[in-house]
Amino acid sequence: MTVSPDEPEVVVRLTVNGAAETRSVSPRQHLADFLRDELGLTGTHVGCEHGVCGACTVLVDGDIVRSCLMLAVQADGAVVDTVEGLSDSGEIAVLQQTFLARNALQCGFCTPGMLVTAADLLRSVPEPTREEVREAISANYCRCTGYHAIVDAVMAAAHGTEQKP
Amino acid sequence: MTEVVPAIGRSIPRPRAKRLISGRGRYTGDITARRTVHVAFLRSPYPHAIINSISADAARSLNGVVLVATGADIAQHCKPFAGIHRLFKGMKAPDQLPVAVGRACWQGEPVVAIAAETRAIAEDALDLIEIDWEPLEGLGTPEKAVAGVVVLHDKLGDNIGYDGVTASGDIDAAFAGAAVVVQDTFRFGRHTGVSLEPRSILAAYDPSDESLVVHESHQCPAQQQAVFADLMGLQEHRVRVVCPDVGGAFGLKQQLYGDELATCIIAKMTRRPASFIADRVESFASDNHAREHVVEARMAFDPDGRIRGLMIDDLFAVGAYSQYPRSSIGEASHVAALTGAPYDIAAYQARVRMVYQNKPPVGHYRAVGHPIACAVGESLLDQGARALGLDAIAMRRLNQVRDGSGPHTSHSGFVLNGLSVEATLDRVLEGFDVAAFRKEQAEARERGILLGLGIANFVELAGTGAPYYGESGAPVTAQESCLVRFEPSGQIRCHASATDQGQGTDTAIGQAVADAIGVFFDDVEVISGDSMACPSGGGAWASRGASAGVEAAVRAGRAMRDEILRLAGLILQRKPEQMTVAGRVIRDASTGAELVPLKDVATIGHYRQHLLPPGTQPEMSMLRSFVPQNQSFLTTNGVQLSVVSIDPGLGDVRLLRHRVAHDSGTVINPMLLNEQIRGGVVQGLGAALFEEIRYGEDAVLGTGTLMDYLVPLATEIPDIEVVHVANADPGTTIGAKGAGEAGTAGAAAAVLNAVNDALALIGASVNTLPITPERVLAAIDQVTREDQQAPGNYK
Amino acid sequence: MKPTSFSYHRPGTLPEALALLSEYQGAARILAGGQSLMPLMAMRMARPERVIDINRIDDLKGIRDAGDTLTIGALTRYNDILRSPLIAAQMPLLAEAIGHVAHHAIRNRGTIGGSLALADPSAETPATCLALGARIVAQSTSREREIATDDFFDGLMSTALEEHEILVAVRIPKRPTALPHAFIEFARRKGDFAQAGIILAPAHDGMPENRAVIFGIGPTPWRSAALEAAFGGEGFAAAPKAALKDELNVYFADDEAAAFKLPIVMTLAQRAFARLKP
Repeated sequence: MTVSPDEPEVVVRLTVNGAAETRSVSPRQHLADFLRDELGLTGTHVGCEHGVCGACTVLVDGDIVRSCLMLAVQADGAVVDTVEGLSDSGEIAVLQQTFLARNALQCGFCTPGMLVTAADLLRSVPEPTREEVREAISANYCRCTGYHAIVDAVMAAAHGTEQKP
Repeated sequence: MTEVVPAIGRSIPRPRAKRLISGRGRYTGDITARRTVHVAFLRSPYPHAIINSISADAARSLNGVVLVATGADIAQHCKPFAGIHRLFKGMKAPDQLPVAVGRACWQGEPVVAIAAETRAIAEDALDLIEIDWEPLEGLGTPEKAVAGVVVLHDKLGDNIGYDGVTASGDIDAAFAGAAVVVQDTFRFGRHTGVSLEPRSILAAYDPSDESLVVHESHQCPAQQQAVFADLMGLQEHRVRVVCPDVGGAFGLKQQLYGDELATCIIAKMTRRPASFIADRVESFASDNHAREHVVEARMAFDPDGRIRGLMIDDLFAVGAYSQYPRSSIGEASHVAALTGAPYDIAAYQARVRMVYQNKPPVGHYRAVGHPIACAVGESLLDQGARALGLDAIAMRRLNQVRDGSGPHTSHSGFVLNGLSVEATLDRVLEGFDVAAFRKEQAEARERGILLGLGIANFVELAGTGAPYYGESGAPVTAQESCLVRFEPSGQIRCHASATDQGQGTDTAIGQAVADAIGVFFDDVEVISGDSMACPSGGGAWASRGASAGVEAAVRAGRAMRDEILRLAGLILQRKPEQMTVAGRVIRDASTGAELVPLKDVATIGHYRQHLLPPGTQPEMSMLRSFVPQNQSFLTTNGVQLSVVSIDPGLGDVRLLRHRVAHDSGTVINPMLLNEQIRGGVVQGLGAALFEEIRYGEDAVLGTGTLMDYLVPLATEIPDIEVVHVANADPGTTIGAKGAGEAGTAGAAAAVLNAVNDALALIGASVNTLPITPERVLAAIDQVTREDQQAPGNYK
Repeated sequence: MKPTSFSYHRPGTLPEALALLSEYQGAARILAGGQSLMPLMAMRMARPERVIDINRIDDLKGIRDAGDTLTIGALTRYNDILRSPLIAAQMPLLAEAIGHVAHHAIRNRGTIGGSLALADPSAETPATCLALGARIVAQSTSREREIATDDFFDGLMSTALEEHEILVAVRIPKRPTALPHAFIEFARRKGDFAQAGIILAPAHDGMPENRAVIFGIGPTPWRSAALEAAFGGEGFAAAPKAALKDELNVYFADDEAAAFKLPIVMTLAQRAFARLKP
């Protein structure tokens, strides 16, 4: 990678989806670009780069954060989990199943962030109301679904019932 | 073996969604190529300015910069283009180039392109470019543009790109003899689509055979292939456009963008793959915009509430250029076509003017023109009911086009397929108790809350036929095609020209082909979005997937089934018409007895042709096409009902309930259909209450980020009820109708009517969208002032 | 939308951070939670040559009971405040206000000190600290000083903090738990910055005066003399509309803006005072 003059790279060591990673990065690279461009984890999407849309939501040390609002170097020593890791571990399998069954996605661009956010909600509030689901996902823009199906899918995952559309 | 159950009519989940929920989507920005250069554009900071000179030496010498190209540099590799639609006689459009040359005409117009090793370095280089600008006066309002304060393009003579009148009946007599005439001036804010995936393109040029391969987040790969080839002077069969997973499009990824063409040219100039991904700030400044109409409208009534006549004058303010290749005229033409369309109106006159101003080009955003037509017509109807003291629902019933009356030529001269306006209105009111609502409204009033109920009928252009673009001169087809392959495994692959950005078109096509052949849905794979791998066709726009796209698939599927049965007949020495395909086997049509596995027929067709009778040539794939040949648009209809509450102290409108009844014809996949409609509703609710790209009088952009262009979020939106009337389209085998526009077409009008129903309690009204707290408070303030002369009305 | 390039420093202690800040005065920005600074950098509205990341300085984290006051370290994140039993018991107004800040993912990173130092006029935290009579603790290599929030917000996104100082904590007088308060804001969407907000905090032993703060409208949150005059006695019934209009006209010469803002402020004020009643 070519770098600008006067831009020394910094070594960052972190755990991503359970694997230890070491990379030399430009300080100005945000975590979302790092995950996508350096690690090839393109499930984390970049929708606005100013912390509004929620498409880049990942877990850092177990907490959901906007990965566009964190520098990659700030994740040095951290444990980062992305939608790919949560998929492979089976951690969000139930939500994925209800999202699919309920068509809680159309273009799918918001979906990784939406799943990470919904999984975080269900960890702290296992049996949410529709209002609680709406409030939790209000941090994540979806331009396709109208949200209704997403709320249905999260409710179905939480309450173990497959709701009919 | 399980029995095969028809796939059509079932809520089958989308196969493509499986990768999208696993973080394994393949969007344009996810695709990498070695030695890619990353492109950024210096965009005009002025709405209108002469470019006296550009100094780029410092940018060129920055480490990591590969190319700095001005508009003139880029222009050497393509020809200019103008968005003229030849169906609209007298339409004028200026020539444009991918990157501005000599003058910038909108804030955000690309002026210099930089290709660098990373996007960050390209942006660093932008900072080093110096331009000697000479700012000119900018046109920032429709009124200023039409007045010709400045003439944007000398060759056009004025700023009016189109001025046309549609008329029927005796309009003067209709108004002269009216019991009541209502009139209003409606203003609609400027919008944009806000696809969550920004516009993205990756172009690779191979000089050895002069071929261009483009991955692009776009709805129409075939159109883009034709456009890139034509403008860059390449042979079209050496241009391939792939639209992989697309992160939302909504019409904004339907036409050509100068910065995307410039990226293809940069790939040619640098002989390296070139990637451009718009960031969110440049998306607001450069994505297609939409709406921005000022409509003066009048409606004349008889004493019993019958509509006598309708007059509209639509001033439609586009950008500095007409979008290419489909032009920007669509919105205005649809306003003229659709205003009042659910009703029998004897006399009609619509004048539409499209004017140029210093803003980004206007394109086709979901439900092109429909929300404007619907809001104007439905609001006037409510105003008429109020003026006459009649029930607005009864007035709709009095005036509606009758169901079952067959094709009907509307007052705007459009042939509308058998509508079901009466049935959809009845359906939306099922389970809604208007009298109970009025009681609730009175009780809420006591608590200082204003509740309102709004209803909006709409007619929808869902599926475009051959004449509309056939007459335009643009390389845009209304035809869809599907290639069905009977694979050696006995399974099916379809290559569709219709594309899918999440609507579920691929799934619907898979369902249609599964049923047409008689196989399991899971044994059908659908491939789309590739101008080389798929037959040429329209792509995705104007709700064509379920009508034209599915019809082509049905025809190809049936042809494939016939060929499979012909081969089976030769193998089994039976008549083809005595057999059926049933899942993975062929059965006797009358006894149901299993005759032969489908796979065996495939094996013989692909590998063991010597076993067939002499002279037999198996056809293992079938291509069929479909175009609505003689009708400009397929049509359908629906109605929306909205309940809102207004907090008069804050001017705050909250959505309490929203209900849609739609005629989608035969329903292919209820789940996908309902989500299409809901998603469309929410975009319409955004238009009603939140979304507006603000510009100053001088066309300086005031809305730059997602912080200030407000898109509805989950907390602002109620659950949305969707019900259907299934009035099958007689023009296709399955009879499905488009539904992609439906939600957006009527939602804003229903909310506008609900807000005005609430505000009528205190004698106020609004006529500008979005209905912001400022606008509600201003409306309340106005009646409060009036009340100072007549106190006591407003508590 | 990528930031300009910068050198990155991650001091482990406050003295190190202060030394760096002192060395690169004018060229460095302190990076706390980053929820506002990162967007500004992405849009190149902030172009620091050096970024001093204070996230690893543990001394700046946490909430301490200091007798009459609570001291909240600058790097305490919103969600740490929301989860704090001390805050829930002693400072429910602050918890209520922070409940309106953005969304959960933002609150996981955003810090109270960052919000105060950035001083966004629409943000909940600066206005609430002003209403609570809080004092800002600023540290430089040479000294620590306290600045009353009344004197801290001195212009649009501008504070009394000097270039070589780091905001290390905020000290807030504890409020008697039975004392009522009112926090009310009007935002278009859940989690958005307020279009307008009002906070009412009646006086107590640790805060001798009734405080009323208006935010989301002017370049800074401000204590409204008109509303503070409405505490007690006649209360809000003696509507201070003219006085409020005068306050708004400091920022809005143009009648139209005041015509929109004034009704909203009046409505919010009425409702806020109603909440003070037992």
